[in-house]
Amino acid sequence: MTTTTDLEARNAAPRQDSQDPSIFGQTPWQTVGPYFHYGLPWKGGADLVGRSDLGARPDLMPPEHFLLSGSNVSGTPAGEVIALAGCVYDADGKPIEDAMIEIWQANANGRYASPDDDRADIALDRHFVGFGRASTDRDGVYRFRTIRPGRVPGPGNSLQAPHVALSVFGRGLLKRLPTRLYFADGEGNETDPILALVPEARRHTLIAQRKPDGTWWLDINLAGENETVFFDL
Amino acid sequence: MSRLILPYAAPDIGQPASLFPDYRSTVARSPRQAPIAIPQTLTEVTGPTDWSRLMGPAMADLTIQHKGEPQGQRIVVTGRVLDENGRPVPNTVVEIWQANAAGRYIHAKDDWPAPLDPNFTGVGRVITDELGRYRYVTIRPGAYPWGNHKNAWRPAHIHLSLLGPAFATRLVTQMYFPDDPLIEIDPIANAVPMPYRQRMVSRFDIGTTVPNWALGYVFDIVLKGRDQTPFEDDHDDDH
Repeated sequence: MTTTTDLEARNAAPRQDSQDPSIFGQTPWQTVGPYFHYGLPWKGGADLVGRSDLGARPDLMPPEHFLLSGSNVSGTPAGEVIALAGCVYDADGKPIEDAMIEIWQANANGRYASPDDDRADIALDRHFVGFGRASTDRDGVYRFRTIRPGRVPGPGNSLQAPHVALSVFGRGLLKRLPTRLYFADGEGNETDPILALVPEARRHTLIAQRKPDGTWWLDINLAGENETVFFDL
Repeated sequence: MSRLILPYAAPDIGQPASLFPDYRSTVARSPRQAPIAIPQTLTEVTGPTDWSRLMGPAMADLTIQHKGEPQGQRIVVTGRVLDENGRPVPNTVVEIWQANAAGRYIHAKDDWPAPLDPNFTGVGRVITDELGRYRYVTIRPGAYPWGNHKNAWRPAHIHLSLLGPAFATRLVTQMYFPDDPLIEIDPIANAVPMPYRQRMVSRFDIGTTVPNWALGYVFDIVLKGRDQTPFEDDHDDDH
């Protein structure tokens, strides 16, 4: 006879799913889709040096449903404040207004604010996290305010040129596309161990150029003639 | 100075390709050239861990963000964030966003005629504990139509975004529900081959279900793992 205790102990029969040891492994990537704007890019996410609203798209939801936190930059980090920007284009050269860019970079001294960068001889900056997130705007343009990064070590005894690691997300992107931004006048570009792995004819897709207003500009072409170099990570 | 870099694993066989023509938006939005393999450097093996300074504190209950309670089936979702070696990933942020019970997003561009719910935004954020565990309360999202092809419907899903410990461990995925017939005909889920697609399916669990309150689902999320720590000789140690 079935007792109440037996009934309470019953669970649904397991099927092949996230809890099944026989298929344990990396959870697959899926796209952010077109509706991430109330979920990911917070106000100030693209401003790593001040307290502006840069990075968010509050125009895409009712104000009472913008629940992401605001900027929390604690003070001005040391180093040269720079503007990074560019347009994200699809294979047909059309700007993508529902893309999102993330950046990760070292501080002005060349130190990452991460426990895995334990070089105590290079100073951290308590005002600088080095991570940012920007939605593209109606014209497909992303914009960040940040600090020009210092140089960090590369493989062996090499030194990398100043760079910003960058990820592209969006509707139609099943997984993020990782790339990098270098500076046209960057010290060490010609000996950078990562740039050296990129065919010379395509290196320009990673190198931001300085606009007359001072902005470092780098377009991202997901495909097409000047397809940006993306990395296998 | 030469530094020892312990790289993270490459994408495994269960990861989708960028181009999957059944999901039509990928055609104009995926690279045609193969990605270039690079060695992981300090840039790739580091990542932001100061998530609270960036994003703010946890928002673990999506049903209490407005004046009233949202419509729909209340659910609890819990699980662990692990690396592919089975080790917990502690103190990492999981960002959450989803449609409401009717399958409508609180987004200006979502204009299909399902009702909005003034009491539901569909955004949350949780932080894993020292054992990699997380838990949040929400309502079960509805399925919704989309323009990919005639009569295309997305299965019910919750969007999840994880940073993990490094630039290399970033993950954005979608969690599906176990009893949803739309999964097997959905081009986005189908970009992941079987059986790996099933890694994105949560499990109904009576133990997680809260009596008289909410159905419970379990979903473990697995990030890229780091190669095992190389053997270090201990000749210099005092014994």
